[in-house]
Amino acid sequence: MSATTREQRQWAMGVGALCVVPVIITSNYLLHVMVLIFIWSFIYTAWSMMGRFGLVSFGHGAFMGIGAYCVTMLWNTQGISPWLGIPVAVLLAVLLAVLIGYPCFRFRITGHYFALVTLALTEVVRSSVVALRDYTGGSLGVTPNSVLKEGTTWSITALQFADKRVFFYIALALWLFGLWVWQRIDRSMLRYAMQAVSQEEDAAASVGVNVTRAKLTVTVVSAALTALGGALYGQYQQYINPETVASIAVSLQIVFAVIAGGMFVKFGPTVGAVFTLLLTEGLRVGIGNKINALDSTIYGAMLVLFIICMPTGILGKLQEKWRGAKASGAAA
Amino acid sequence: MQFFDIFLLETILNGILFGGVLALLALGLNLIFGVIDVVWICYAELMMIGMYTVYYLHNVFGWNLFLAFGAAIFLVAALGVVLHVVVIRPVLNSDPINQLLVTGGVLTFLQAAATLVFGIEFKNLGVSMPSLMLGEISLPWSRIAAALTALIAMFLLWLFLKRTYIGTAIRAISQDRAIMPLMGVDAGRIYITTSAIGGGLAGLGACLLVLQYDVHPAIGLSFGPLTFMVCVLGGLGNMLGGFIAAFIFAQLINIGGYVLSSDWGYVLAFGFFIVMMFVRPQGILGGKA
Repeated sequence: MSATTREQRQWAMGVGALCVVPVIITSNYLLHVMVLIFIWSFIYTAWSMMGRFGLVSFGHGAFMGIGAYCVTMLWNTQGISPWLGIPVAVLLAVLLAVLIGYPCFRFRITGHYFALVTLALTEVVRSSVVALRDYTGGSLGVTPNSVLKEGTTWSITALQFADKRVFFYIALALWLFGLWVWQRIDRSMLRYAMQAVSQEEDAAASVGVNVTRAKLTVTVVSAALTALGGALYGQYQQYINPETVASIAVSLQIVFAVIAGGMFVKFGPTVGAVFTLLLTEGLRVGIGNKINALDSTIYGAMLVLFIICMPTGILGKLQEKWRGAKASGAAA
Repeated sequence: MQFFDIFLLETILNGILFGGVLALLALGLNLIFGVIDVVWICYAELMMIGMYTVYYLHNVFGWNLFLAFGAAIFLVAALGVVLHVVVIRPVLNSDPINQLLVTGGVLTFLQAAATLVFGIEFKNLGVSMPSLMLGEISLPWSRIAAALTALIAMFLLWLFLKRTYIGTAIRAISQDRAIMPLMGVDAGRIYITTSAIGGGLAGLGACLLVLQYDVHPAIGLSFGPLTFMVCVLGGLGNMLGGFIAAFIFAQLINIGGYVLSSDWGYVLAFGFFIVMMFVRPQGILGGKA
């Protein structure tokens, strides 16, 4: 019992410290970086809910794209508030996840095949966005119609805020929500079922795990959260284009960041987001925009190195080391 | 019957020619998957490097076009070997998904490095070839040559696999990788040979595509996903299946593009792929699920 209260105390202190950050830090740039870290951490955490059980999806670009585009399109063409648009987008992503997930799991499409089917899904969404260029702006992207003008600095209905601090709190809440869902899954029977499934599907089924249902639940949760993240990403950035929210590049970026951080531990995806964003921003500030694509070049090389040398990620490796030290300390 | 007009026929013929090139690309990927059991996600990026090689050797250094082709094929084959030794070999015994992801990293790396080195401009080889006129139908020679070369290359590869000792060993490994080392086949050497052939096929694909398309760092993304879909639709590792699937895909894209618009052609093709995965997850000819 005391362990729980200690953990709760640590959480309260951590969240409290984060809440005062915007009061202390007034630099818009730093706030911007932190908002991005929270939103991406949320999306990465959502991906890892599937990834940690061996369901490697390259389709999260599709779910993120649906989230971002659905909300923006409803707002721009129908004037429907994001408050209504977001549930619609999440519902759409869930439908798509079931549509793809159910047959995949039912017919035992796993591993390479699952990854490639989800890759095709991302391409379908990206190509559809490009093909519907009369409405979506195609590859040029689209900006949600702004209601902010002289005198109006915020609008709750349109979910648009000129002040970055507002988004800081929204993104912080989103990130905490993602961690909470992760923890709920981690402490549920579903987690044991999925762990069994990821190791040996037939054996899991033989002890009474409904394999299809377990996988589908995880997939639906992951897709819904990713769509929510995509929608808020669009609202925050006030600009989306198929390459940044719905492409294979995004899907790969998600997978890379999670692997870099560590997909088997709760804060792994967050560490991945911090690490990749600091790398990008560091290179941008240090070298400037002149050297195009240097950050991605380093990403790619590091992804290869990570998978070869450190498949459990930065945080996973650190925890292993820490536990190893503790275990050997206890033995001695 | 305005629908079945001469332009539709032209579209179908162009689709067949496009299918030939796709089949060649799929063949290289299938060979590697069949033998090494690894999907090179970065396959089309190797091809992109080959296209840049041809462009630079021919347009910047003034090499003869065919000499540049040869150099590109050789270079990409060598790159295939390097990829295998540096990246694939260390993860050969880890999770299959790690093998997939590691080549995903190579994809990001090659694409970004190409942007870094070559810039994002579209580069055109500037070799213009006339078109073959069949009545009112015009077929570009560059496409005809590409499809014919692809067919010849596939036939030669088939001969190699059937008639030579190494070819037989490659086929044997793809059937049973556990037993063959006991029969005195050095699996490591077979893997390297296969990687070189797979890379060489990507290089050849590069030479054929550079005649028709401008080179830019993201060109791999236009052909890569397509190539995987073709391979999976045909049954990963099944070369004949991949061959047939390539033509199905090419027709879907071309006819879909003709009736609707070229973007919808791709949506149609990828949508068809997803549906087919549920109908026949083992591929149209595949036996191995």
